Amino acid sequence: MPQLKYWQAINQAMAEELERDPATCLLGEDVGAAGGAFGASAKLQERFGEWRVRDTPISEATIVGAALGASMSGLRPIVEVMFFDFMAVAMDQVVNQAAKISFMSAGKYHAPMVVRTMAGTGRGTGPQHGQNLEGWLAHVPGLKVVWASEPADAKGLLKSAIRDDDPVVVIESLALWSRRGEVPEDPDHLVPIGRAAIRRAGRDVTVVSWGAAVHRALAAAAELEPEVDVEVVDLRSLSPLDREGLFASVEKTGRLVVVHEAVGSFGPGAEIASLAADECFDALRAPVRRVTPPFAPVPFPPQLEKAYFPQVTDIVAAVRDVTRRAA
Amino acid sequence: MTEWFASSDGEISSEQALDIYRVMLTIRSFESAAADLLAGGRLPGFLHLSIGQEGVAAGVCSALGPEDGITTTHRGHGHCIAKGGSVDRMMAELFGRGEGYCKGRSGSMHIMDADAGILGAHAIVGAGLPMAVGAAYSAKVRGERRVAVAFFGEGAVGEGVFHESLNLAALWSLPVVFVCENNRYAELSHVSMHLSAKHVADFGAPYGIPAATLDGNDVLAVASAARKAVGRARDGGGPTLLEFETYRWRGHFEGDPQRYRSRDEVASWQARDPVARFQERLEAGFAVDVAELDRIEREASTAVERAVEWAESLPPAPPTSLLEDVYRSGSA
Repeated sequence: MPQLKYWQAINQAMAEELERDPATCLLGEDVGAAGGAFGASAKLQERFGEWRVRDTPISEATIVGAALGASMSGLRPIVEVMFFDFMAVAMDQVVNQAAKISFMSAGKYHAPMVVRTMAGTGRGTGPQHGQNLEGWLAHVPGLKVVWASEPADAKGLLKSAIRDDDPVVVIESLALWSRRGEVPEDPDHLVPIGRAAIRRAGRDVTVVSWGAAVHRALAAAAELEPEVDVEVVDLRSLSPLDREGLFASVEKTGRLVVVHEAVGSFGPGAEIASLAADECFDALRAPVRRVTPPFAPVPFPPQLEKAYFPQVTDIVAAVRDVTRRAA
Repeated sequence: MTEWFASSDGEISSEQALDIYRVMLTIRSFESAAADLLAGGRLPGFLHLSIGQEGVAAGVCSALGPEDGITTTHRGHGHCIAKGGSVDRMMAELFGRGEGYCKGRSGSMHIMDADAGILGAHAIVGAGLPMAVGAAYSAKVRGERRVAVAFFGEGAVGEGVFHESLNLAALWSLPVVFVCENNRYAELSHVSMHLSAKHVADFGAPYGIPAATLDGNDVLAVASAARKAVGRARDGGGPTLLEFETYRWRGHFEGDPQRYRSRDEVASWQARDPVARFQERLEAGFAVDVAELDRIEREASTAVERAVEWAESLPPAPPTSLLEDVYRSGSA
C-alpha cells in the first residue's frame, strides 16, 4: 500500500471525487491557482478547470451560503474554510441554513455539501487561528462532523463526506499535515461516518480522543505499559457519535478518560462523559476524567502552547488517577 | 439605467396581466386571512405580512419560469404564492399541520418548495442572497439557462453578505437578479436611520452591476424591469440589482404597536395601493371589464377560504414528526 502524507491523502480524495462525479466542485480562498493555502488542492484546477475548482473572495459566509445554494441546485460542493476559527464568520449559513434545509423542506431539498476546515492547533497559530470549535458544530442537529487522525482516514472520511447527502464538516489538523501513513488506492475507499476506530486495544482504561490528540493518547498508552493496559479509541466522527463503540469499550474497561484540544467547559468531553455515565454507570469504576486546555484563548509561543494543550504527561497523570480509584 | 428598465406598451399581454392581477389578489387575500386568524387566536407563532408590497412579488415572478429559483425572507408569503407555491400547503404550514410545506414544523417564515423553485424563505436577514448566488453558480457550471432571484428588504443592505454576494455575482458574472423591496422600514427603524446611501440601487455601481430604483407599486413597471433583468441574466449578461420602492402597510410583525410611524404616513402610501392602481390600469389600458376583475377577486378569496377551511380541519403535526428529515441519510 502506498505511503502518503495526510495532506496528500486529502488531495487524492478530492481528485478522485472530482473525477468520479462532474457535480462535485471545490470553492474557497486560494484553492485554485495557488492550490490551497497549505497545498491540499494542488493541481486540481489544472485538471478540472477554473469553474469546478474556483478561487473565491475572502467572504466565508457567502461562499458557504453559495455552496449551499449550489448544493440545492444539483452540485455537490466542497468549500474550504482556511482555518477553523474562520468558521465563526460562516456560522449563520452553516447553522441557520445548511443544517436545517432538509428539515425545513420536509426532505424535499437536501444539502450535499462539505465544509473542509483546518485546525491550526500546535503550530504557533495563536488565539484566532488555533481554536478547536468542534463542540459548536456537533451541537447542531442536521450537521455531521468528522476529524481524521491518520492519512487513510483523511482520505476515506472526506470521500464519504463528499458522497453524503447531508452537510458534513470535515476538520483537518495542521499538526498532522505531513504525517505519513498507508493509504488505500481503492477509489471507493470509504471510511463510514459515525464509526470510531480502536487504535490500541486494552483492558484497564478507555482513552477517547480525535484528531492530533489521538497520537498523544497513544504515546501515553505506550508509556503506561505494562503498568496500565490502555485502550485508545479514535472517535473519528463527532456527529453522529459512535455510541455503541464507546459503550462497548467503557463496559470492558470500566474507566474513561476523554482527551481533546477544545476547552473543557460545555465541550465534547462533557457530552461523552455524560453518555458514558448514563449508559455505563454500573460498569464505571471511577469518575470520568477530561484532559483539555484551560478555559482561556489559545496562546502562540511554543512554551505556552505546550502548557495549554494536553500533553502526554497530562494524559498519563489522568489515566493513573482513574486507575488509583476503587477497584 | 432607469430608462432602460422602463416599461413599454404591449410588453405584457392581457392574459399575463390578468394572471398577475390574480396573484396580487391571492397574496392580499392570504395575508388578510392570516392576520385575522392570528388576531382571532386560531394561528400560532409569528406573522410578517406583505400587504402593500404585492406588486413586487407578482411582477418579478411573472418574469420567471418554474425552473428558475427564488430565495426570500421572513416576509415571504407573497413571493412564494407568486412563484407557484400552493396556498393550501402554505396555510397548513401556518396552522402547524402535517400537510404543510415543512410538515407544520417550521411555520410562516420557512416556506420551501423544490417543485416550484422556492429555495426557501430564510428568516435571517440577508441569508438568501448567497444561496441565490450559489444557485446561479450551479446553473453556470452545469450549463443550464436557469436564473436565480434573491428577494430581500432594504434592511439586508446592513448585512455583510449583501455586499459579498453582489461582489461575487459580479466577479463571476452569474445569472442572478437581486430584488430589493425598499419598504421604508428595517423591522422598526426607518430607512433614514439605517442606510447611508440615498438608494439601495446606488450599491450596484461599485460592483459593476446595472441597477435602478423603480416604483414597486406599479406592477407593470416591476414586471417589465424584471423581464429585462431576467433576460439579461439568462443570456449570460450577469447580475442586476433592482430596487423597488414600496411600503409595508402592516407592522413589522402582527401585533407591532408601530410607535415609530404616523397614521398619516401609512395613509399616504395606502393611497398608492398597488392593487387598486393595477385595477384601474386593467380597466383603462387593457379594456378588461369590471365583472371579469370581480370574478378573479372572488376566485382568489375563495381559494384562500378553502385553504383555511382545509388546513384548520387537519390534525396538528404529531410529536413523532420531530425527528423526521433532520438528516437525509438517516438520523445521527
